[in-house]
Amino acid sequence: MKLLVPVKRVLDYNVKPRVKADGSGVDLSNVKMSMNPFDEIAVEEAIRLREKSGGGEIVVVSIGEAKAQETLRTALAMGADRAILVVAEQKVEPLGVAKLLQAIVAEESPDLVILGKQAIDDDMGQTGQMLAGLLGWGQGTFASKVEVADGKVAVTREVDGGLETVSLTLPAIVTTDLRLNEPRYASLPNIMKAKAKPLANKTPADYGVDVAPRLETLKVVEPGKRQAGVVVANVDELVMKLQAMGIAK
Amino acid sequence: MKTLVWVEHDGGAVKDATLAAVTAAAKLGEVHLLVAGQGVDGVAQAAASIAGVGKVHVADDAAYAHALAENVAPLAADLMGHHDAFVVPATTTGRNIAPRVAALIDVQQVSDILSVEGPDTFTRPIYAGNAIATVRTRDAKLVVTVRTTAFAKADAQGGTGTVEAVSSTGDKSLSSHVSSEMAENARPELTSAKIIVSGGRALGSGEKFAELIEPLADKLGAGIGASRAAVDAGYVPNDYQVGQTGKIVAPEVYVAVGISGAIQHLAGMKDSKVIVAINKDADAPIFQVADIGLVGDLFTLIPELTSKL
Repeated sequence: MKLLVPVKRVLDYNVKPRVKADGSGVDLSNVKMSMNPFDEIAVEEAIRLREKSGGGEIVVVSIGEAKAQETLRTALAMGADRAILVVAEQKVEPLGVAKLLQAIVAEESPDLVILGKQAIDDDMGQTGQMLAGLLGWGQGTFASKVEVADGKVAVTREVDGGLETVSLTLPAIVTTDLRLNEPRYASLPNIMKAKAKPLANKTPADYGVDVAPRLETLKVVEPGKRQAGVVVANVDELVMKLQAMGIAK
Repeated sequence: MKTLVWVEHDGGAVKDATLAAVTAAAKLGEVHLLVAGQGVDGVAQAAASIAGVGKVHVADDAAYAHALAENVAPLAADLMGHHDAFVVPATTTGRNIAPRVAALIDVQQVSDILSVEGPDTFTRPIYAGNAIATVRTRDAKLVVTVRTTAFAKADAQGGTGTVEAVSSTGDKSLSSHVSSEMAENARPELTSAKIIVSGGRALGSGEKFAELIEPLADKLGAGIGASRAAVDAGYVPNDYQVGQTGKIVAPEVYVAVGISGAIQHLAGMKDSKVIVAINKDADAPIFQVADIGLVGDLFTLIPELTSKL
């Protein structure tokens, strides 16, 4: 089967973001960037599905600055076959990304597109659902289990209160949740091999998609700081505090 | 502005998350509701009695029985022909449906809003809540999802909405519901609990989690939560998870037991009114946000605390 996996380059999840003093955004100069953790899970799932189906191709796509090439090389080192980089001058919002992916899907005709459920920078959580809507395909979001059989994909979804399983007709869209799998590390030989794998450079104009932003960020501020608390010496003091707040008798 | 609020329900009752979305929608204008489902007369009546509600659009069809986005989104997109905003609680079901609707009507959705600053301007958390962005949309119509802990619940009673049937857009035959497996939980629901006791990896096992956390939660009448580490280790099911990728909670009291306080976890609970942390590591980041901290071994402290409450 043919799989398409979009990946995003984001601030590494271990780095504490710093808000710029002028309120224009989060400072991304000289900080470690990595593949969005949910996208790593998506790449891993694609590799496992290909192993199970006994063949096929995995195409990874990234949309953003030229440096996103590094993120694509990481995906290639994990096991993807080839990459498409769409270099955009400015930040592309989920709707713009979904439209670009729609055009790429039209060219590539994958059986399944696997995305992360959200990017940990803008925390939007929209792209997969938007792409499914634009394509008129079924969507299996927040997946913790994916099984492909007989032209259908069964997706177990993490929902409030438990799990839900849906069956989708292929081609379809899946977005990954944390517990879907444990992504593999790229080995050094595979990192070397990934350098030779094909990577096509494109621009939004190549697909005729207007990616002008619809949202304007007026300001970005730090969240309100909590006041420093007190450390109590023992359980009795804690119980007294709780009683004073009226939550214990 | 005419808003359309998607009503989350379980087939019988309107879920509380909807009431927070109604409060957000009321800040934008006239509130209309969309009830989609199968056999939802009761839900529609309950929805019509939410304070401040105008029209309640009811679509009753087997295609909507499990709130499949493939079937619900075209229905909502049709209704957006004569509404200006689609307002959806940011629950897993809401987050599944809303972006699909936004794409169908060519709107860039604003996710997880914390406040309404103007008819087209909202605040929302980014970077796991480490920054708050104020954004203005240039789109003619709005699609927003609402962080339900950031808005007061609208009164479920006192409304005089009028119920109006809308015709079904049918089953798109792209997807079908196979099964649901809901976690048994007799305790207060996490996102609406007043008190939450949450356990982390330091508990060491599912047995210890149950043995220490459950009696404490029972004494306090609290809901039970967990860190991602506790969920991944299999101590509790994953719908207990509090954090950026789990549930976002803001109870009056949040008791964090054996939780170090990673960025990801703090994103889900740092708007709690009072945070109590019990941890043996005095340098754990959780103490930087805790109002009351207690340093020590939770295996002796928790039973003592439970017995003294």
